[in-house]
Amino acid sequence: MKRAEGYPDALFIDRHFIHEVTSPQAFDGLRKRGIKVFNTSRTTATADHNVPTKDQHLPIKEALSRHQVETLRKNCKDFGVELYDLGHPYQGIVHIIGPELGLTLPGMTIVCGDSHTSTHGAFGNIAFGIGTSEVEQVLATQCILQYKPKTMKIEINGKLGKGVVSKDIILYIISKISASGATGFFVEYAGDAIRGLSMEARMTICNMSIEMGARGGLIAPDETTFSYIKGRKFAPQGKAFDQAVENWKKLKTDDGAKYDQVLKYDAADIAPMITYGTNPGMGMKVTDRIPTAEELKDISEQTSFKKSLEYMGLEPGSELLGKKVDYVFIGSCTNARIEDLRLVAGMVKGKTKASDVEVWVIPGSKQVEAQAKSEGLDKIFEAAGFELRSPGCSACLGMNEDKVPPGKYCISTSNRNFEGRQGPKSRTFLASPLSAAAAAITGKVTDVREFV
Amino acid sequence: MAKEKFITLKSTAVPVAVENIDTDQIIPARFLKATTREGFGDNLFRDWRYDNNNQPIKDFVLNQSAYSGKILVGGKNFGCGSSREHAAWAIHDFGFKVVVSSFFADIFKNNALNNGLLPVVVSDDFLKKIFRAIDKDPKTEIEVDLQNQTIGFDGLKEKFEINLYKKTCMINGYDDIDYLLSLNKEVREFDLAHS
Repeated sequence: MKRAEGYPDALFIDRHFIHEVTSPQAFDGLRKRGIKVFNTSRTTATADHNVPTKDQHLPIKEALSRHQVETLRKNCKDFGVELYDLGHPYQGIVHIIGPELGLTLPGMTIVCGDSHTSTHGAFGNIAFGIGTSEVEQVLATQCILQYKPKTMKIEINGKLGKGVVSKDIILYIISKISASGATGFFVEYAGDAIRGLSMEARMTICNMSIEMGARGGLIAPDETTFSYIKGRKFAPQGKAFDQAVENWKKLKTDDGAKYDQVLKYDAADIAPMITYGTNPGMGMKVTDRIPTAEELKDISEQTSFKKSLEYMGLEPGSELLGKKVDYVFIGSCTNARIEDLRLVAGMVKGKTKASDVEVWVIPGSKQVEAQAKSEGLDKIFEAAGFELRSPGCSACLGMNEDKVPPGKYCISTSNRNFEGRQGPKSRTFLASPLSAAAAAITGKVTDVREFV
Repeated sequence: MAKEKFITLKSTAVPVAVENIDTDQIIPARFLKATTREGFGDNLFRDWRYDNNNQPIKDFVLNQSAYSGKILVGGKNFGCGSSREHAAWAIHDFGFKVVVSSFFADIFKNNALNNGLLPVVVSDDFLKKIFRAIDKDPKTEIEVDLQNQTIGFDGLKEKFEINLYKKTCMINGYDDIDYLLSLNKEVREFDLAHS
């Protein structure tokens, strides 16, 4: 929007998503200053982090969570912001509903007070997470101050092996470059293995860009993108859509453009992945063994590594295959779209879960939930002993009622395996929906290739 | 709205010599339910500070009386993970004015700067020396001079980088929003032209 001497660039924001956790203090700031929301038509709200995934029609039991959701209601009403509240057919995890409603379109600048805003980059967007002070800035001015980031291209070429899905691609990349390897960068994902992915699979990859430190990750839009958008609620319709597509087609990196860093990987080297530690960079092929402290690339990380494995209750040098799991969580902004649920249902159809495992399937939105039911996936889950609940962030972050108990192991399709992330002292193995489904059936960490 | 100004600080420091400290450790999600900015300091490093029965964990540095001060020193990749500004609020609310590390996650760094909490990036080697010095003598005082962009202790000194705009904001207590509001008319025109 504006570049002025001595100031960071003021970037105009096309789409601002808000939710109950990181917005209340921002609205308070507007009240103190006596100003309105700059453009309510560019702002969309939903309740997701704090919501229960059972009995959503009842008032939220926990007082503080209830208060935060009620505060969002009041703020949206007072300031005229559209809210997809509990019970609304469009409610869901903020990064799931934006794309499915056609609010996320190629070429936009998108922010949200949530680090997984990078998800929207799958449409060829500049999309990144911000803090609450910045949420206030965007509400007040529709702009944010930014410096130009460094650029990185990550190219994946070749054919993915059986049982390998987009979650494995991103876990593989992060395991290669570490949880801080892309800090300061925006990442473009390219290569024929990326081109071959559906929009939903691309979103899973862009979603986890932040887990290697990148604020944003994007993929140039193509026919896959355009056909995904076509007909969605808030997307341009008819002639306007055709015109938009013509513009969107221009949104690609110039031939010969220089990146600050380029990384290339062979799709054939990617296997079903799993994390063993307490940051997403601590991942490996499911058939590998956990490294020992001496094998670490960076010896300065040995102390943190030992602390991490102690927390996880795992031995350096041991295998994870066959390790008993207690919980299986299929959900989150990373993997709770209809394709994820279809993948899981396809694998478990006609099978049942292991008796000592609890399995939660949390659809990403009311629309995903409705679609799953219309396809009969709910019946498959029920027969398998999986519990299909209502939409929300659920056990991804240990904020609402869905928590993994202390010391228990959860194989999770979410994005973070930090200490206590899924509940105090909980232990998380991040993996793909396919790997999670396989573990649900066997009750232990399993190489999904045995099933496919 | 004016924020606290920051110019120089001389203080003892609290060392948390762990790498990749994510914002879930700084403030776990279950404590993000407040709708104001105050009081988060009580739950700073909650699950490292207290056990399941809410009893202080003796080994953790914030529970050891030997360590105190307005400077927090953390291992590299400090503040990674969730964008929650509550992490910066919690550190600031606890009484810290400076966080020192050899590497900060982007969003945390921004959030800190927006709340009068100065992130100081030092070299890996200097960070090691700080940890060693505090380990030897918890009363070691560290001096941070924002104007001259230096950090020093025991006769050692290192320059640190900070963006000039952010430095000006910190020194004067300015807020980004003041500048953005001054662009209001131009933004309005831009918005109309692009809708």
